[in-house]
Amino acid sequence: MLTLTSPVETWAHRVRPGIKLALLAIWTLGIFWLQTPLTMAIAFAAMLGLVATGGGLFLARSILALRPLWPFVALVGVWHLWINDAPGGVVILLRLVTAVMAANFVTMTTRLSDMIAVIERLARPLARFGLSPKVLALSMGLVVRFIPVMSERHGQITEAWLARARRKPRWRVLVPTTLAALDDADHVAEALRARGGVR
Amino acid sequence: MERNVTHIALFAALIAVLGLVPRIDLAAGVPITAQSLGIMLCGTVLGAKRGAMAVLLFLALVAAGLPLLSGGRGGLGVFASPSVGFLIGFPVAAFVAGWIMERTSLAPGVAATAAAVIGGIGVLYLFGISGMALVLDKTLPEAAQIAIAFLPGDIVKAAIAGAVTATLARMRPGALLSRA
Repeated sequence: MLTLTSPVETWAHRVRPGIKLALLAIWTLGIFWLQTPLTMAIAFAAMLGLVATGGGLFLARSILALRPLWPFVALVGVWHLWINDAPGGVVILLRLVTAVMAANFVTMTTRLSDMIAVIERLARPLARFGLSPKVLALSMGLVVRFIPVMSERHGQITEAWLARARRKPRWRVLVPTTLAALDDADHVAEALRARGGVR
Repeated sequence: MERNVTHIALFAALIAVLGLVPRIDLAAGVPITAQSLGIMLCGTVLGAKRGAMAVLLFLALVAAGLPLLSGGRGGLGVFASPSVGFLIGFPVAAFVAGWIMERTSLAPGVAATAAAVIGGIGVLYLFGISGMALVLDKTLPEAAQIAIAFLPGDIVKAAIAGAVTATLARMRPGALLSRA
C-alpha cells in the first residue's frame, strides 16, 4: 500500500516528527487569528514559499493534494460573491488552503513508521486503562495486513457473483465479505493465542 | 482478548475497504461511498466500546499518513479540511450506534437500522455540520444545507447496515458482539 509520504527527499524529512507536529499545531492555531485578506495572503505566501523549498516536483504534488477541497472552494466562493462579501470569502478560503497545505506538508515529509511511533508515544498514558502500547502496535499492523486481504476477498466474491448473474452485485456482496472477514478474525485470534497470546 | 483485538482490527480494515469500493452515483447525481456504512457496521456489530475503538484505530492510521479515506484521502490534511467534523464524529457515531444496539431488545434488523440512523446519521451530522460551520465560517443552517446533499445516500446506507446486521445475526449469532 502506498503512503502519502513524498518520495522527493526534502530538508524537512530530516526534522524530528515531534517538532514538526508542534509547529503545525502553533501555525494552524495562529492562522485562525488572522482576519484581513492581506495578512491571510501573507501567511499563504509564506506557506507556499516553505513548500517551494522542497523543489518543483514537491510543490506540484502538494498543490495536487489540495484537489479534494475544490467543491468547498467553489461553494464558498459562489456564496460570498452572492452576498457581496468577497474579502470575507478570500480570508476563509486562503485560511482553509493554508491550513490543509501545512498539515499535508508534515504528512508528506514524515515517514509512516515515524508517525506511528509518535502515535504510540502519545497513546502511552492509555496503558493505565488497559491499552498497552504493544497491543496498539499489533492492532495497527493487523489493520495494514487485513486491508489487502479483505479487498482481495471482496474482489473474488464480486467476480464469483458476476460469473453467475448479469447485474452488478453492489451491496449484496457485503454480507459474504463480512462473514469471510469474521472467520479470518477468528482464525487470527486462534493463531495469536497459540503463539502465546496478546498481553 | 485476542478475539477482541482481531475483531477491532478487522472492522478498522473493513472501513478502509468500503472506502475503496467504487462509488455509486445516486439518481440525483449525488455520489455516495460506502465508508460511512463501515462506521455504522462497527457500532451495530461490535457494540459501543469495540466499535468506537475500531474507528479510532482507523483514524490513527489515516492521521499517520495512509490514504484510507474515500477518494484516497488521508494524512493530517484531512483534519484541517471542512470534513474534520465528520472525522471527529465517526467514533462517536459508532459508539452511539453500538450503545443503542446493546440497550434495546428489538429484533436485530430493526434495532440496527434505528441505531445506524440515530448514530450514523443524527450524531454524525451534528459533528459534521458543526465542523463545516467552524472551518468555513458559516452559520449552522448554512452548513446544514451542504450536508443535506448526502442525506439520501446515508439513509440507504443505514437501511443496508440494518439488513447486513440482521443477516449476520441469523447466520452467525456469535459474531454479533453488540448482542453477545
